[in-house]
Amino acid sequence: MKIAVCIKQVPDSWAEKKMVDGLLDRVNVDAVLNDLDEYAIEEAMRIVEAHGGNDEGGPNTVTVISMGPERASESLRKALSMGANGAILISDAALAGADALTTSKVLSTVISQGQFDLIICGTESTDARMSVVPAMIAERIGCAQLTFASAVTVDSSAKKVNITRVTETGVEEMFGEFPVVVSVVEKINEPRYPSFKGIMAAKKKTIETINVASLGISIESQWSVVVDASLRPARAAGVIITDDGTAGDQVVAFLVEKKLI
Amino acid sequence: MSNVLILADFIGAKLSRTTAELATVAARIAEVTAVVLAPVGKGSEYAAAVSHGPITNVIVVESDSFTTHGVAASADVLNQIITLKAPSAVLIASHAFGKEVAGRLAVKSNSGIITDAVDISADLIATQLVFGGSTTVHSKISHGVPIITVRPNSITPDLQEVHPTIETLTMDIGENAKKSVVTSVQPPEEGGRPELTEADIVVSGGRGTNGDFTAVEAFADSLGAAVGASRAATDAGWYPHTHQVGQTGKTVSPQLYVACGISGAIQHRAGMQTSKAILVINKDPEAPIFEIADFGVVGDLFTVLPKATEGIKARKP
Repeated sequence: MKIAVCIKQVPDSWAEKKMVDGLLDRVNVDAVLNDLDEYAIEEAMRIVEAHGGNDEGGPNTVTVISMGPERASESLRKALSMGANGAILISDAALAGADALTTSKVLSTVISQGQFDLIICGTESTDARMSVVPAMIAERIGCAQLTFASAVTVDSSAKKVNITRVTETGVEEMFGEFPVVVSVVEKINEPRYPSFKGIMAAKKKTIETINVASLGISIESQWSVVVDASLRPARAAGVIITDDGTAGDQVVAFLVEKKLI
Repeated sequence: MSNVLILADFIGAKLSRTTAELATVAARIAEVTAVVLAPVGKGSEYAAAVSHGPITNVIVVESDSFTTHGVAASADVLNQIITLKAPSAVLIASHAFGKEVAGRLAVKSNSGIITDAVDISADLIATQLVFGGSTTVHSKISHGVPIITVRPNSITPDLQEVHPTIETLTMDIGENAKKSVVTSVQPPEEGGRPELTEADIVVSGGRGTNGDFTAVEAFADSLGAAVGASRAATDAGWYPHTHQVGQTGKTVSPQLYVACGISGAIQHRAGMQTSKAILVINKDPEAPIFEIADFGVVGDLFTVLPKATEGIKARKP
């Protein structure tokens, strides 16, 4: 079973994010592995571990794939230290500021060429928060999409994946046959910390870096353009009181003032 | 004649209020056609529900694939309707399902996509609030049919009663759209409270409730509000996961958000920061949630909420 995990390096959640020339400033900010992708890496590891592991030369592999600048290799290295076998970084000046359509095109090309059975993603990146790339990859590959999974079971001999998901309409059970794109929610597992052994082993693993030309695809111009971006005025400091027994009444007064009751 | 397609937003068999919001913003651009995707035999019933908002036409497509194959089947049919009707834009509700439909549709129709718009102008410039609501971005689609998802509760809906013309179309759904199969759906328990993303007021409880949501629910009911929960509360099993507000839960943008016993981790704030007003009740004066409160009470939610609930009830005739 060949598993691909798509990951993204993002600005640290706590960092102040700024727009520069219509794009998120990714240079002057601490960058980390998108924390929602850690659940995807962990789930991939749990799936291979339930199927005999991913020792070199064995039938199961986990490959992490990322599109981004050179330093995204730090995030790939972290995934390798969690136990992935290999990593692919697609890095190209032409991809700076790429939108979801371009990202999904690049990732799906790498995935198709690698003939993966199972593609696992997080549900969203904490910077763009669109939640569309997994669905777009499935559309481009023409395969099943099993997104927002809170439980995943893989039957490798039947080449079938079952998931449970919670949606607006309730709790759904779904399945699809290989290849399958799965996105996992953060409730699905508790990602492992890389062990010392894992960190040492990751140093010996190679990250394959490729560019757009080597994929044999062209990158069209942008599908959308930012007209302008501006900082919103910070929320005016609110009124904070300490309950002296009248807080309940003051809450009611606040609701009246806001015309909510 | 130019037209804008909106995807009528059904949660299960119920038309959501977001549909009228989509129609209201779409009507600024051109005449509005609402697309209704219904199970076989339910087309006229679903279409009849589309009775409020500036909607001129309704297109109904019936197929059981919408239930069985979900996102992919809906995107497949919408793409066929785009080819047929050449709309000037397609607007869809910005929730997990709507965004995925929009994503697949953008790939299929080779069109640009903008998600989580809170407003759209007549010339199709979309407004988004990004980075936890700290930044306003205006953007537009530069290629293909603009596909824009609109965040529920962002537009004040025009709720005029209408009698749109109804057109029924029959469509085959492509094989690639049938690859994921839903085998069972267990509907959420009906609590009689408004839906989280649609509610004008959301009252949420967190770790500080210690698992006892009675005070939170009573306060919510006195206001006709929806009940939400932090991830800490849903992970502890105190409240259903479907009610989780935050990064990986639901994003809400109500007139008032009430955070009770919630510390305000950045992941929670990401799901509620664009609320118009924020009321905080927390015992810990250092809780980061106070930073974004319009009104904050440092106090015990189990004494403050019941008093406030009483006060609200006393004001009612």
